[in-house]
Amino acid sequence: MRGAMDKKIRVFLAKPGLDGHDRGVLIVGQALRDAGMEVIYSGLKQTPENLVEAALQEDVGILGLSILSGAHMALIPRIMELLRESDAGDVTVIAGGVIPNDDAEVLVAEHGVARVFGPGTDTREIVAFIREREERR
Amino acid sequence: MNHEEIDKIEREKERWEREVLTPALLARGERKERFETVSGHEIGRLYGPWDLPDADYVRDLGFPGEYPFTRGIHSTMYRGRPWTIRQFMGFGDPDESNRRLKYLIEHGAPGLNVAFDLPTIHGLNSDHALAHGEVGRDGVPVDSLEDIERLFAGIPLADVSTSLVIAYPPIPSMYLAMAIDQGADLKRLQGTFQNDSFCRDVAANVRVLPRRAELKLCTDVVEYFTNNVPRWYPISIVGYQIREKGCTAAQELAFNLSDGIEFVKSFIGRGLDVDRFGPRLSFMWNAHNDFFEEIAKYRAARRMWAHIMKERFGARDPRSMMIRFHTQTAGCSLTAQQPLNNVVRATIQGLAAVLGGTQSLHTDSYDEAMALPTEESLKLAVRTQQIIAEESGVANTIDPMGGSYFVEKLTSELEEEAWEYINKIDEMGGMLEAVENGFVQREVAHAAWRYQTGVEDGSQVIVGVNKYVEEDEPPIDLLKITQEMEDAQKERIARLKERRDEGKMREALERLREAAENDENLFELTMDAVRAYATLEEVWDVYRDRYGKFEESSILVESV
Amino acid sequence: MKDSPNDLYQKLLKGDRRAAARLITLVENADPSARQALKMLHRHSGGGHIVGMTGSPGSGKSTLTCRLARHYRDEDRSVGIICVDPSSPFTGGALLGDRVRMQELSGDPEVFIRSMGSRGALGGLSVATNDVINILDAFGKDVIIVETVGAGQVEIEVVKYTHTCIVVTMPGGGDEIQAIKAGILEIGDIFVVNKSDRDGAPRAVADLEMMLETKPGTSEEAWKPPVITTMALAGEGIDELAAAISAHRGFLVESGLLEEKTVQRMRAELLEILNLKVSRAAENALEEEGVGAELVRRMADREIDPHSAADEVVEYLLKRAGR
Repeated sequence: MRGAMDKKIRVFLAKPGLDGHDRGVLIVGQALRDAGMEVIYSGLKQTPENLVEAALQEDVGILGLSILSGAHMALIPRIMELLRESDAGDVTVIAGGVIPNDDAEVLVAEHGVARVFGPGTDTREIVAFIREREERR
Repeated sequence: MNHEEIDKIEREKERWEREVLTPALLARGERKERFETVSGHEIGRLYGPWDLPDADYVRDLGFPGEYPFTRGIHSTMYRGRPWTIRQFMGFGDPDESNRRLKYLIEHGAPGLNVAFDLPTIHGLNSDHALAHGEVGRDGVPVDSLEDIERLFAGIPLADVSTSLVIAYPPIPSMYLAMAIDQGADLKRLQGTFQNDSFCRDVAANVRVLPRRAELKLCTDVVEYFTNNVPRWYPISIVGYQIREKGCTAAQELAFNLSDGIEFVKSFIGRGLDVDRFGPRLSFMWNAHNDFFEEIAKYRAARRMWAHIMKERFGARDPRSMMIRFHTQTAGCSLTAQQPLNNVVRATIQGLAAVLGGTQSLHTDSYDEAMALPTEESLKLAVRTQQIIAEESGVANTIDPMGGSYFVEKLTSELEEEAWEYINKIDEMGGMLEAVENGFVQREVAHAAWRYQTGVEDGSQVIVGVNKYVEEDEPPIDLLKITQEMEDAQKERIARLKERRDEGKMREALERLREAAENDENLFELTMDAVRAYATLEEVWDVYRDRYGKFEESSILVESV
Repeated sequence: MKDSPNDLYQKLLKGDRRAAARLITLVENADPSARQALKMLHRHSGGGHIVGMTGSPGSGKSTLTCRLARHYRDEDRSVGIICVDPSSPFTGGALLGDRVRMQELSGDPEVFIRSMGSRGALGGLSVATNDVINILDAFGKDVIIVETVGAGQVEIEVVKYTHTCIVVTMPGGGDEIQAIKAGILEIGDIFVVNKSDRDGAPRAVADLEMMLETKPGTSEEAWKPPVITTMALAGEGIDELAAAISAHRGFLVESGLLEEKTVQRMRAELLEILNLKVSRAAENALEEEGVGAELVRRMADREIDPHSAADEVVEYLLKRAGR
């Protein structure tokens, strides 16, 4: 019952760019939902501007980006920049899809992505990571 | 085998179970309670004649090259000619991809198979805002006829067989325009267009126009080629993508054949004779991990499609009843962990496709879970097929799996499961309706979730991912696609627009617009427009203005 | 960096959408610190027209909401949208996918969309939704659309007290019958038969009109709910729907019912909050040593019946409240 404090982890899962492969993002969405989180899904083909605006309106703690098309190095840095410009640098950004290790390291070290989950990641690892980040917030 | 013989064997089987099997089970048991395929289909301990009591050789299997084609569509199969090694490729820009095409030809993979990047697939030029960062990343960008000319520079189109993984008139019309300019005889030109609006729709969510408009544009291509380029395969009905999205083998079979049924209905609706386009339909399947299930799938597909074309659509020409298909090994089975393991996966999957009687094959490269293949990894993938074809001996006889109790039983079971789905889809009114109401997407999503659950509880083993895991794997060299190529491609569009005859181009687009308003076949007028160097996006804008945009309604997964 | 309730209030009035978003989160979490900001905001709300949108899953509510919002944007009116979807009763999680069907609104800073999980709350959901409506109202949105799945009592409560309640159905599937069963025939100010290109649309309209005519308690001067056909995907019928909404608003203003509706809504809101508070107090009392535990034990021993026990708790609470 919505009595005392009822805090929920809110996650915005987004598909930036033209990539339409959503098998992964839907599976992650379901796993996070089953872990008790509120998962907002953007739908496909979002521009960085639109998805950042939506993430702000939804006031999520976590922004998850799924990209399999190879456009990650163009799209993710732009999203990070927009978040900072909107004074929302505290949103935890995670990414997944087809992102080679070299690129993942750059995204984390230079652009402030919290973590890149590679192919074959166990969804429980993502759940645990999100919980840990949200507890620290 | 008569029933008396089967009875005798069954009595022997009971004895064996009692005297030999039961003590062994009591002493050691088995590894698992339930054995199943990667699709969750239960597999028995031992198959024998008792599993096929009503088998009728002539009716169910027949002979290669004859109805129902279960054993193969050609009378000599690989003894006559092996399958075509057809590697999917395209990246960077048209020049870079042209070099890669020539590299493949040089290394004995003559079947050209071109992938286009996401902006091109969506009918957007490389300088569109949404194309930023996507140009040349997972296919070759094509903005105008000029790019097709760069892509196939130095390749005589009359002498090759080209597969273009693209739908709708614009890119096919560019290819045809180039072939005509080269002086090729259209009556002899060979190749395939994917041109299947459903596969990318369901699996990869590539949709630009409302579904009915996309179906119409695919049909335009088929109508034009049926009448003018008779040796071309103007559509490849693709199950590959939907399998990548996570469905089962039986679902791949059912959804793809339903996809084919929907197209055949559309072509007949256009007034085309089933025996004119029937022999020019091609298909594409996935080759996933489960070796026998995949072999059974290809065999079932041949039998089912023969039945559909003959019984349902009244085809008379046996060539209309043959399902000729390309196979690609499962991209979704590749792992980023211990990438060399992927070579072994591609070998087993490719072997299944060959034992299943494929006409052409793409084997994935080991680095494709992370990037597009390097020349090195691509060459290894080609060599894999050459070893299967020329060293292993599997191509020496036709349908070597035929007659295996297990494979025959599994073939029938998959067929049965697929018919159930097809009947359900028919009741809904067909594939278009089943996709529009989300039935197909929901079924696929459920299957994908079930698979993921299996991976996470360890019942579905993936070597290197959830078993035999290694820490600190050394990195491998990956193909890098630079931003410079994208920038150069953008500049080319600007230069093209300065160079072309604007008046001529506008005129061609105007004629296309009028034809679109009247719902005419748009292929020839599209070709006129691209020959006047209208860009891809300008042509697509005419379509978009006429038919409107696709509206997304995502199917979110319900808890299983 | 956390803003104080006063900061949030100040920023929100200046049009800071992040402040609005954060305050909504506090409300959703039933965070006591939201109270102060809500208190200050209350006098700034009341300007927006609140539209409820309900109907069965798959009837096309989200697309309709999107098209309607687009219509208002073309008239240069700002829009707030609240999409309520059920949370899983087992895990408390939710998949909120309404934005997928509202893509053409994304990127427009004058449209504020918020997805809410129902969080399995009885009563609590309407309290939270009302608070969110008030926040968006004070935030200056001209029209606020609240969208819920018309599947259960809770969802109906949420839209019941909006200014204009739209009930969406579609042809086929016996939806019309469902409508009566769920009791939404009574709450609808406007009925929409969406996907009207499908077979059975004229019948669905006729059935609805007949049911509305025979609805008990219909007087001459009362509002007569219109039945409107739309094809939301193609954008057809949206102008008619928007016209019906403004006609309804006109009717409410002229008849004085707008005020009455507002009073009704306030009353319902108050009652919800009271329900919540009292039941929480009662629950706490039952947890307390000596009072609740003792009563429950006596009930189990058949010394006291449940009704008398309840009376004792109420007496106890009243006495304590008076202290």
